[in-house]
Amino acid sequence: MSAATETAARPRPTAAAPRTRAMSPTRARPYTPWLFLLPYLTLFAVFVVLPAVLGLWISLHEWDYTLEEQPFVGGENYADLFAAGSGTSDVFWESMRATGIFTLFSVPLLLVLPLLVALLMHRRFPGRNFFRAVYFAPYVLGVAVVGLLWRYLLDSNVGLVNFTLGVFGLPSDIPWTTAVPAAWVALVGVTVWWTLGFNAVIYLAALQDIPAELYEAAAVDGAGPWQKFRAVTLPGLRPILTFITINTLIASANMFGQSYIITQGAPGRETRTAIYQIAETGLRNYQMGDAAAMSYVLTVVLLFISIFVFWLFRERDAKGEKTGARR
Amino acid sequence: MTETTDTRTVPKVRGSGGIDHERPDRKRTPRQRWGRAAQYVLLLLLALIYISPVLFMVSTSFKTGADAAGVPPTWIPAPFTTQAYDTILTAEGTPVLRWFANSMIAAALHALLVVVTASLAAYPLARMRFRGRGTVFAVVVATILIPPVILVIPNYLIVSSLGWLNTLVAIIVPTAASAFGVFFLRQFFLTLPVELEEAALLDGANRWDIFLRVILPLSRPALATLALLAFLTNWNDFLWPVYVLFTADVQTLPAGLATLQSANAVRYDLLMAGAVIASVPVLALFVFLQRFIIEGVSRSGLKG
Repeated sequence: MSAATETAARPRPTAAAPRTRAMSPTRARPYTPWLFLLPYLTLFAVFVVLPAVLGLWISLHEWDYTLEEQPFVGGENYADLFAAGSGTSDVFWESMRATGIFTLFSVPLLLVLPLLVALLMHRRFPGRNFFRAVYFAPYVLGVAVVGLLWRYLLDSNVGLVNFTLGVFGLPSDIPWTTAVPAAWVALVGVTVWWTLGFNAVIYLAALQDIPAELYEAAAVDGAGPWQKFRAVTLPGLRPILTFITINTLIASANMFGQSYIITQGAPGRETRTAIYQIAETGLRNYQMGDAAAMSYVLTVVLLFISIFVFWLFRERDAKGEKTGARR
Repeated sequence: MTETTDTRTVPKVRGSGGIDHERPDRKRTPRQRWGRAAQYVLLLLLALIYISPVLFMVSTSFKTGADAAGVPPTWIPAPFTTQAYDTILTAEGTPVLRWFANSMIAAALHALLVVVTASLAAYPLARMRFRGRGTVFAVVVATILIPPVILVIPNYLIVSSLGWLNTLVAIIVPTAASAFGVFFLRQFFLTLPVELEEAALLDGANRWDIFLRVILPLSRPALATLALLAFLTNWNDFLWPVYVLFTADVQTLPAGLATLQSANAVRYDLLMAGAVIASVPVLALFVFLQRFIIEGVSRSGLKG
């Protein structure tokens, strides 16, 4: 697939003139490439490779940052997480449940709505770039600003949201930030508003990559708008769809800032997500062994879900609609 | 400049046998014209509703405390005042200007570090043949998939043992090994014509000269895109600064806003003024450099 990216056209390698992208290595001294790589690889080793391994090491210890000793406890931190009633398992699985609820409702919305926006934007009309900018703008604001802003708009007494609902004769005393399920509606809604533009831009780029000939061929065959969408657009989006799905899933599973600012995890710990809990356990209470174990469990769960998504899309590919234009 | 974001619009139709595919735009009936206008109005209305929260934020930042907490909420500040800004800019516990400076310094240095290290690393991966190249590239790209949460706890310890806790260095350096940056720049370098470099080599230039004088100047748009994305990501980063910066004087704006919130839970005029101050630079960047940002995000789809 990567060959399909816009690389400069290269002459096909033939026996007579084999050409590679790399220039003849004769002038390059053997250590030259490594000198170029050195600064990046240093950062990479210290802040990516080392912590990935160190995290596992920490999770096998009773690692309280404030204590002198960090005794080795083997799999105990993990066992605690899976033993109901232990100190860590309840808070952890409650937070996993919160992350699960959030992900379950936000991902479908963040797959469908941006696609609708992208399809609208894909039609060429004057001012299209302005509209694209409007839908993308909230994304550059960052979660702290978005959180504060919506915390205000969703205030149950003085907020604009409840006031507007009241204007339309709807209930205007909804406790958006202090009770579930209203808080979940609020958190998911805010997240959709905030990140819709990001996925829409990726969809739009993919839509622009679908060759116009396919649409013309479909039109010649007498396809209507819906059939064109089914037979040309969807198959054309298939490669990007896997990426967007997994990307959105992982982003949703990593939700932290919205909860931290808008609901502070309330009511109780109902909207405290897994990331929030891991940060609190490890970096507020300094139970780093437990927190590291939690982060590995979360990662394994995410990994399985990602593999499942890959499999799901692969499965559909295998069935393959006969009408679908294969790229 | 060279490229625009719309370079990849509809490809040229090849061999279409001269059929006219243009939709005859000017042959519309009045009714169709009205339909189009109605569509347009609807689109504008939706767009306006979409950004109205941001407009309301700006409006509230110019209200008095009583007005901001008034029922019903109003769109126009009455009286119009800059009191909220005056308050947060001078208040003891919330040095907003300091936070602004911290965020600027951190995001700019972070972006510089990302662009320098990623471009240096991407060049040999794109253009030199050496043992281990495939392995290095595969390992770097694979880490795009590591969820950041795994690194938070151990990185806290690493940063702590380097003595960087509660300093801006902790915000600038640990997240600077950008796998996306290496991938993105390598893809871009591969699109550059090899002939220029070969000519330079024949003239006796070494790799370093070529990198500085041929590759980098040709890559300005890609470098700008990466720098912008790195700046934005760092400017908006939240979890990490909240937990590694403890005192008000070193906080970045997002972490500071959380402090501001706990200090003034219902002073919405103050909170919105803080939010506006944190938004202005990124919105300005976005308005002026939109095409680079959008291009970068489109590319993050990695195209299959």
